[in-house]
Amino acid sequence: MSLGSVPLKYKISIDRDQCMKCMRCVDNCSYGVYRIEDDKILIDSRRCTACHRCISMCPRDAISLQEKPVDYRSHPLWTAQAREDIINQARTGKIILAGMGNAMDYPIIFDRLVLDACQVTNPSIDPLREPMELRTYLGKKPAKLEFTKSDKGDIELKTELSPNLKLDTPLMIGHMSYGAISLNAQLSLAKAVAKTGTFMGTGEGGMHESLYPYQSNMIVQVASGRFGVDINYLERGAAIEIKIGQGAKPGIGGHLPGEKVCSDVSCTRMIPLGSDAISPAPHHDIYSIEDLAQLVRSLKEATEWKKPIFVKIAAVHNVAAIAAGIARSSADAVVIDGFRGGTGAAPKVFRDNVGIPIEAAIAAVDKKLNDQGIRNEVSVIASGGIRNSADLAKSIALGADAVYIGTASLIALGCRVCGNCYRGLCPWGIATQQPDLVNRIDTDVGSQHVANLIHAWTLELSELMGAAGINSIESLRGNRERLRGYMLDEGMLKVLNVDPVGA
Amino acid sequence: MTIDAKGMHYTPLNKMIRQAVASGVREIVIDNVLGQRFIANGLRSNVRITINGVPGGDLGMFMSGPECIVHGDSEHAPGNTMDNGTIVIHGSAGDAVAHSMRGGRVFVRGDIGYRGGIHMKEYDQKRPVLAVGGTTHAFLGEYMAGGIIIVLGIGHEVAVKDRGIGSGIHGGEIILRGDIEDRLLGVGARKVIFTEDDLNRLSPLITEFCERIEVDPSQFLDTNYTRIIPASSRPFAGKYTWE
Repeated sequence: MSLGSVPLKYKISIDRDQCMKCMRCVDNCSYGVYRIEDDKILIDSRRCTACHRCISMCPRDAISLQEKPVDYRSHPLWTAQAREDIINQARTGKIILAGMGNAMDYPIIFDRLVLDACQVTNPSIDPLREPMELRTYLGKKPAKLEFTKSDKGDIELKTELSPNLKLDTPLMIGHMSYGAISLNAQLSLAKAVAKTGTFMGTGEGGMHESLYPYQSNMIVQVASGRFGVDINYLERGAAIEIKIGQGAKPGIGGHLPGEKVCSDVSCTRMIPLGSDAISPAPHHDIYSIEDLAQLVRSLKEATEWKKPIFVKIAAVHNVAAIAAGIARSSADAVVIDGFRGGTGAAPKVFRDNVGIPIEAAIAAVDKKLNDQGIRNEVSVIASGGIRNSADLAKSIALGADAVYIGTASLIALGCRVCGNCYRGLCPWGIATQQPDLVNRIDTDVGSQHVANLIHAWTLELSELMGAAGINSIESLRGNRERLRGYMLDEGMLKVLNVDPVGA
Repeated sequence: MTIDAKGMHYTPLNKMIRQAVASGVREIVIDNVLGQRFIANGLRSNVRITINGVPGGDLGMFMSGPECIVHGDSEHAPGNTMDNGTIVIHGSAGDAVAHSMRGGRVFVRGDIGYRGGIHMKEYDQKRPVLAVGGTTHAFLGEYMAGGIIIVLGIGHEVAVKDRGIGSGIHGGEIILRGDIEDRLLGVGARKVIFTEDDLNRLSPLITEFCERIEVDPSQFLDTNYTRIIPASSRPFAGKYTWE
């Protein structure tokens, strides 16, 4: 006996009076929702992912989309999603794969934190006419500076400074690999960070030669699979990031299916054409902080101590202690990826249930590093669900030096968060390697959109800082006095080290 | 050029090596090596480096071109993510030897530890080789994605008696002297008969390795080997279903 199929998720309809049969919906849908039969456009709503490509491209606004037109019998425990997952797994016996970030309805802590503004006695600053200092340096800072005085009276800096990344805004684009996203998507992001004076991550897929002109704005990643990693790659990066974990799937490795390993991806990752690109869960040369220190130092040694080394971990229960260990491993920055972090593909059970929110993780790490007197020894970069400039400002007030954005930058390229990245059919040309789809991204236009987003958030951050009477990003960093918790419980306020509203 | 590494930290040692290579030196001998890590790390050259002593971890990591000859044992992960060149160890080596090696060769006369050849991969014309004279511990060739591992088992009853051989292998081949129990194979690995064609293909490599470790190669030029290959180049393709 068959279980049958689950009801369709979305219902597409066309206003036939408006439709002029231009066929753009047919041409644009890579999931095969539309087809032509006897000069009529037929619809298979079951194939729809709500990517909105057809709606965006329809010149007559003739297409409409509704979510879940078929209801199950309502039940507070056995939700439609719970039942559909069971049906899916009963039929296949497999792990459910999912894309994008955590789709569960957890409370968002960012939305329960409010920022401060100055009033009478401590005036606000007007960023329109006052300089606002957003320049951010990522890397180790000396605990103190020592100087020497020559016989002639010249003062020279004696302290040897560690290499730092210099950002014009405390906002970078996180690591999304070539393979997970298309080359045109990566190129758009690369051009945008070069325009806006910040950085992007290559992800673990190596660096395609088209990106070489932007390499001074790129952070190269070394993951357990070591894809695309050789000495040339390491030397190209402005910084090097060791990826230990990822917010969307803490504790597990990565896996790019063989069908996505086309000749260009194979060439960039330096692996055979069509083979699975498997990143094992652990780095097999790291089983302790001492081993991590060895890899950090090995990368520094290979690049003659000229580049900062970041270590990225997923935000998990004991994240603060892990970050303290990383700080002592001689890494220059620790990247913490919260459980809202996006991904091209992850087991759904991990994406939705493993890890902790980035807000709590930043605060806990900042406190632990301060308590141990080693906060200066490492920069903190937060990522995983940063949606707007308020999230950015709150992240910094909780203790981050800078943030990575991922999904937000893809939305600026057209992504509608349909969550089907793992199918390789992204109609927006982002999470796909199909040439006809990849070509849908004009990298000049795409980069302008991403650059606009970074510019807009930077302006808003300046305004938020000015309102709080702060003219330097350094004064916002870890400044809990500029935050208050609204409708947060006492335990969470303690973890965040934030007072409640009214206090 | 000779360097006395006694009591020297690895950074000044590597700096000396780089400076020597930059000034055109093509033969370097390093004496009294005792645990210095990262020797020849990221080095690009055709220099020949003779190491007298016991180098520390990650010998030749990211290396592209040099030849390192070690007269002694080596700590873990020699040849880690190596791109090109040769490492010959005339003693034994630790865990994760040739980790993620993409090109070049690592020859070890004695034994190696756990996870030898893990994640070795090949690309285009680059086909890395790990050859071991003695035996290895568990998870040899784990997640192997390309290249060749040869284990002769000299001085041992069987070449490898630890489990997990080729666990997760999805490319390349593992050649073990003699027969290997099926129970020692890892997930995704399968045994096939070592043929005359295989011998013809691999004879030059076996001969060169034996000559490098100063062993008579004639005793190893037969088909008394077990060949282990991937059951699939896509071992996890059927593990997932869509949301």
